[in-house]
Amino acid sequence: MTAARNTSSDVTLLTAAGAVEAIGRGELSAAELFAAYRAAAADDALNAYLWVAEDAPAPGEGAALAGVPLAVKDLFCTEGVPSQAGSKILEGYRPPYTATVVAKLAAAGAPLLGKTNQDEFAMGSSNENSAFGPVLNPWDRTRVPGGSSGGSAAAVAAGSAPWALGTDTGGSIRQPAALCGIVGLKPTYGTVSRYGMIAFASSLDQAGPLTRDVTDAALLLAQMVGQDARDSTSIGFPGEISLPCSESLAGIRLGVPEELSGGGGVGIEPGVLDAFNVTLRLAESLGATVETCHLPHAPHALSAYYVLAPAEASSNLARYDGVRYGQRVEDGGLVGMYTKTRSQGFGREVKRRIMLGTYSLSSGYYDAYYGRAQRVRTKIADDFRAAFDAFDFVVTPTSPSVAFELGAKTADPLSMYFNDYCTVPMSLAGIPAISIPNGLSEGLPTGFQLCGPAFSENRVLEAAFALEQAIGFDASGGRA
Amino acid sequence: MIDREQVLHVARLARLELTEDEVGRMSQELSDVLGHIEKIGELDLEGVPPTTHVVEVSNTLRADTVEPSLPREIVLASAPAVADGGFLVPSPQADAEPQVTPSDGQRPR
Repeated sequence: MTAARNTSSDVTLLTAAGAVEAIGRGELSAAELFAAYRAAAADDALNAYLWVAEDAPAPGEGAALAGVPLAVKDLFCTEGVPSQAGSKILEGYRPPYTATVVAKLAAAGAPLLGKTNQDEFAMGSSNENSAFGPVLNPWDRTRVPGGSSGGSAAAVAAGSAPWALGTDTGGSIRQPAALCGIVGLKPTYGTVSRYGMIAFASSLDQAGPLTRDVTDAALLLAQMVGQDARDSTSIGFPGEISLPCSESLAGIRLGVPEELSGGGGVGIEPGVLDAFNVTLRLAESLGATVETCHLPHAPHALSAYYVLAPAEASSNLARYDGVRYGQRVEDGGLVGMYTKTRSQGFGREVKRRIMLGTYSLSSGYYDAYYGRAQRVRTKIADDFRAAFDAFDFVVTPTSPSVAFELGAKTADPLSMYFNDYCTVPMSLAGIPAISIPNGLSEGLPTGFQLCGPAFSENRVLEAAFALEQAIGFDASGGRA
Repeated sequence: MIDREQVLHVARLARLELTEDEVGRMSQELSDVLGHIEKIGELDLEGVPPTTHVVEVSNTLRADTVEPSLPREIVLASAPAVADGGFLVPSPQADAEPQVTPSDGQRPR
């Protein structure tokens, strides 16, 4: 799509923060902005949207987000609007209530623009596990956008949404952000309410922003955080999220874990590593020191994750039994109905993970798998705590590869799971991590991941902002 | 490593019915993934406590106030079948096979 093709694309070229300012100055109306994005979303050729809003309520007087509309991952419950988590078993489900974070953002002046496609129940790294078809990468439509928040990432990168909400369990915000050339932030576990988020793995799931730049991520996150009586695991955020402005990294110590940067373990594509190293040199030129650090248990993170997440999923997804909501397939009796409903409603990857989780929780295997994985998780969190004694941030490439071709990894679950190699450790440790666009490899975006201790979002955003200014990423390829 | 019998057993626990093709594929795929996962068996985890909540929090309490729940008719509106103000399900007595007993189920903690 060229700038000339879409006549309303002028306003959609603004960042969300830019649009808030333009509305504040009276140069743009919220209604005009919504209409432009609605048209772009309705015209989406990437299969990024599963539903698009007809209209939006006018923002409240002085609303912080001024009416800049928001694309929301399908798995967030939105009252009266299809919320299917990318699954056939929830096809047509319109929940009777709205997720806390979506309600908070609407109240802050970010009305719902549409629901975005995703891997079924957020299980996937390519968006090919959606019951509603794959999403295409806007940089190259023969390639995947990443997942599981692939629709959200593709919509933001393509300019059919100013910003979007995603969820991250093992990398599902950061990896698609990296593959689509945008910013994705997974906040500290518990800072954002999970109420109304259709659950995958409750001890890991966290909502976060997918945006065009770091400032927008801060602007959106500021309205998302908060303790919620309806989510007993929510903690809220101590203080406020502020907009970043730092252009220096003077005195900042960056640790590069050998285990996650090609030194050991999984292979990282040479082009991805080159782009990562270029950014490390930029960081030094901004005043940071860069040194190797160690996360000795990080190579085991993926194993622990693929015990814990499927185990929690097998429990969470027990609720899809054809009784209270969603699809039902009759089979005479009750258990027959449960079984038929689940067998026909769930897709291949979801069944695989339910099986894996049920196996590892079943009698005789609990200690060897789940119990052990929970101990590995403790060691991984300890590794990060030790690293943060010596370093302000730990940095890695976000994804070991650039966006791969559709179908390239669907036949081999293990190779698909390796996409999460660099993002899973932070999820297990519950710490905030951001991915920012980091230059191109083979003409496709790469991501630079930066993480800090729990609740260090403001510092993470400041450092990411400084790097973003220095990198000067050209995102126009996502709109081509 | 995960044979056909184990796949069928786990599928029954999970209330999933697999086709012959799926059983074969699942056996292979679960074996591959578990083969990788078993590397955590090599770690010395003696005395390491399991993670419960990943961020340290002490007990947090909310005010014990009564708030309205969703109205019954709104909740029932999403259900595939309802009767007499409740969810309607088929009779378990109409099931073809005897069902999994609790002792086959997930291990009590």
